Amino acid sequence: MAKDFWAKHENLYYALTNKKVIFGLSIVILVFLLAAFGPLLTRYEYDEYAGQGYLPPSSEHFFGTTIDGKDVFTRTVHGLRSTLLVGAIAGTIATLIGCIIGFVAGYYGGTIFDELLMMLTNIFVVIPQLALLIVIAAFLEVRGTFVMAVIVASTAWPWTARAVRSQTLSLKNQEYVSLSKISSISVGRILREDIASNMFSYVFMVFIQQFNGTMLATVQLEFLGLGPTKGISLGLVMQNAVNWNGIQLGMWWWAIIPGLILTILITALYFINTGLDAAFNPRLREM
Amino acid sequence: MGKYLRKKLMIYIITFILAVTINFIIPRMMPGDPIQSLLSRFSGMEGGRQILEEQLTLLFNLDQPVWQQYLNFWKSVFTLDFGISIIQFPTPVIDIIKRAIVYDLSVLFPAIILSWIVGNKLGAYSGTDKKVDNASMPFFYFLASSPYFWMAGLVAFFFGVVLRWFPISGAYSAVASPAFTWNFIKDFLHHWFLPFFTMFLVQLGGWAIGMRNMIMYEKSSNYSKYMETLGSSKKLIRKYGFRNGVLPQVTGLALRIGRIVGGAITVQVVFNYPGLGRMLLDAVQNQDYFLMQGIFLTIVTMVLVANFVVDIVYMFIDPRVRLSFTEEV
Repeated sequence: MAKDFWAKHENLYYALTNKKVIFGLSIVILVFLLAAFGPLLTRYEYDEYAGQGYLPPSSEHFFGTTIDGKDVFTRTVHGLRSTLLVGAIAGTIATLIGCIIGFVAGYYGGTIFDELLMMLTNIFVVIPQLALLIVIAAFLEVRGTFVMAVIVASTAWPWTARAVRSQTLSLKNQEYVSLSKISSISVGRILREDIASNMFSYVFMVFIQQFNGTMLATVQLEFLGLGPTKGISLGLVMQNAVNWNGIQLGMWWWAIIPGLILTILITALYFINTGLDAAFNPRLREM
Repeated sequence: MGKYLRKKLMIYIITFILAVTINFIIPRMMPGDPIQSLLSRFSGMEGGRQILEEQLTLLFNLDQPVWQQYLNFWKSVFTLDFGISIIQFPTPVIDIIKRAIVYDLSVLFPAIILSWIVGNKLGAYSGTDKKVDNASMPFFYFLASSPYFWMAGLVAFFFGVVLRWFPISGAYSAVASPAFTWNFIKDFLHHWFLPFFTMFLVQLGGWAIGMRNMIMYEKSSNYSKYMETLGSSKKLIRKYGFRNGVLPQVTGLALRIGRIVGGAITVQVVFNYPGLGRMLLDAVQNQDYFLMQGIFLTIVTMVLVANFVVDIVYMFIDPRVRLSFTEEV
């Protein structure tokens, strides 16, 4: 039974036995657990006065306290939740938009339709993302989680569209796709069943990369004070630290640790991606 | 060759038109009333009433039909007349931009070029040497995963607070005044180093990873294997792989410039470095819409020009584009 299963899902087997994937996945799970259960480990609210200010990490305050006596651990885990949520929603939206445009443009490769879609994509590629986001976010006075995600996703999709398009171009002349075409199967079904289903592992890796990118874009916006208007976020914790001279005062637990967690998470996701790349590409597997 | 450039140029022109249009539309579409907030700001200033009227006529012209407003807006773009800043009243926006752009270019230009060169070299080494690869890749991934502003905080904390080697705020000391003297240049470079180093470090990781992957793919290609069977040295195989792998890295440079400029905005905030990014944020926080529009356009233009330069460079190093323009697939 088990053998049959692994024989059928060979890719999954190679993926889950890859050292980089195992290493990355363990860290990602740890960080997600921290975001999920972290708030239960602390007695404080993220915005309440939790004790003396300027305290380095201790068993009482895991990540120390801010200058005005708030618990950095509490702020970090709550902020992590918000940032992960925005990043995940934005990453999903961006992957979807990118894939749809990529599939359609690739399938109609060489036509005017493809040219137009690619022109749109190329325009979005060159527009400086963060500057545009700042201008958009500045005029939206109230920003919720979902609005944030849409703002971030609206500038994150172009490279995915390009990558998916070139993959589609290489798939669409395969014989089984031609067979579907002469069987007058609808375009939507060909894209879904013949092309998308053969690119599942690729799209999954694209999603991980999108997730990385959207988290970075989100945390940058949050750091500039243009994150969700309510609640706390990882970028906001660090913005406070910089604004209150946390770096000059040597409060590394306030200015460095929250970002370190995010950086480690993104590094781990990169590791998973490299591992998956090796698992899905037999050419790289022997390395 | 001509067609290649024409096509790229067309994309950039459309993008520029789009950016100007975004600039035009956003204040008119968004909730909130910029005019009210302007009124309250200017009412206290001397001669504020008159300035305000001029500003509003220039940028909004709300009594005219929309197409007329749009044309006027274009006119102000071509005459570089972005209005007058509110935070630094009554300095024209264009003067603020001229002053700030020096700080952007002096950090971005060396950081992008150096990190690209060094990153590609390091990536090529780890792509051909398994030991180097295992030791250095986690480090490169870590660099590439860092948010720019976080790396800025880390660098500022380590080199500025712990070691006290570099100042971590401003572009020059408070006592110094900009002049073309040796002392000022030294002071400027002293302040310049950490923002530059931050930008350099984060990008370095990305380039190294990219080149390492390119070399890996090139190494599994037939020509590399053939060279290996002929007994070519590792160094020679790397050299050939590098020449093939460097092309996508140049295209990658064009793709990333926008993101790098974005990162620079946050780095300038951490180091309180008075470039365009820092000014853009100030403008947003103080609802200085004229300054914001001017800086946004400047940043877009900078990125477009940089992209175009990269395209021209690419044309010279890739013989396939130079000889005949073929559609990339």
